Amino acid sequence: MKTLTVSVVTPDGPILEDSFQMVSCKAESGELGILPGHIPLVAPLSISAVRLKGENDTERLAVNGGFMEVRPDKVTILAQSAETPSDIDVKRAEAAKTRAEQRLQSKQDNIDYQRAELALQRAINRLHVAK
Amino acid sequence: MASLRDIQGRINSTKKTRKITSAMQMVSASKMSKAEQNTKAFEPYSKKIQEVMANIANSTSDASHPMLENREIKKSGYLVITADKGLVGAYNSNVLKALYRTIQERHQSKDEYTIIAIGRMGYEFCKKMELPIAKSVVGIADQPDFADIKALASETVQLYTDEEIDELHMFYNHYVSAISQQVTSAQLLPITNLQESGGSNSDYEYEPNEQQILDVLLPQYAESLIYGALLDSKASEHAASMTAMKSATDNAGELIDDLTLTYNRVRQAAITQEITEISGGVAALE
Repeated sequence: MKTLTVSVVTPDGPILEDSFQMVSCKAESGELGILPGHIPLVAPLSISAVRLKGENDTERLAVNGGFMEVRPDKVTILAQSAETPSDIDVKRAEAAKTRAEQRLQSKQDNIDYQRAELALQRAINRLHVAK
Repeated sequence: MASLRDIQGRINSTKKTRKITSAMQMVSASKMSKAEQNTKAFEPYSKKIQEVMANIANSTSDASHPMLENREIKKSGYLVITADKGLVGAYNSNVLKALYRTIQERHQSKDEYTIIAIGRMGYEFCKKMELPIAKSVVGIADQPDFADIKALASETVQLYTDEEIDELHMFYNHYVSAISQQVTSAQLLPITNLQESGGSNSDYEYEPNEQQILDVLLPQYAESLIYGALLDSKASEHAASMTAMKSATDNAGELIDDLTLTYNRVRQAAITQEITEISGGVAALE
């Protein structure tokens, strides 16, 4: 079985580098599945879970703000942050979720809706991956 | 001449100071090597992002983005990175001097520029000189995470996107080696030097299209440059602090040597005088 080398890189250092059989992720334009031998591609990723399918298990990563670069035998994901389920602080993510929700519900003029929305998405994504 | 007790007191206090400075030197040394590691960890990210950027810039498309275009400069932004505290030799003053000189040369009035300050020394300098400050962050950790600086970086890039500033320059200390740091000024926005960085020439598919990739990629690229500069200047800060503390320790050592010499001389003089007095007394009795 052919494999792809996947490396996930963030400003705080590389998170993961390993070979997998398939990468599926959510780009801004929709779901993407990458198999070995894919044509070179660059796509921005949405705040979402990236699934890396290996020999007999699937790894999941919570990726926030970034893009992927695909080559026939290599996938590089560049993200501002990326976490494996074991790295995720569930309590913190839950707190962030409640905070963002409260902020979105409080109908004040001086809050940054876009930022709160993004924070909420990040928190939900983290909780989703951690499960 | 100072009394024996006075000299002894000075020797003791200098010894204590030396203990502190040499401890600080060791702390800075370990912080520096950690900061070096951080810079290394960041490298793959910045390399990759540069490579993809260069690829898009080199491809024969007509995709354009305000961050790539020079526009008429009405207001300049200066991002200056300093330490939060002193005890780092000329580290802070070098970078602030360079900033001040540039501003003096390029601008007549305060409406023409604004400053984004990272680090307390830079912030206080601008306050004192009454330079306009747009944003500031103080109290950055010694080993900063990307999350620490992300808000400031994206707000700074936002200033450019909102056309509040029309160019952005960075001033920081570049880490050359443990004993040498260099004040560096670089133009961050608009991004101009992409073509030179080259890279492999594979033709990419862009999903959905190049324009949207640029929209996502360029701010991220600019933010990563700011973070890179911060890591670089943190490494220099610890290196500068290490050198400063080392020379302080050396100086304290020299001072202790001098004082010990004086101390011994005074002690000997006292002994000699006592003997002279005794033998003088004996001679008077005979």
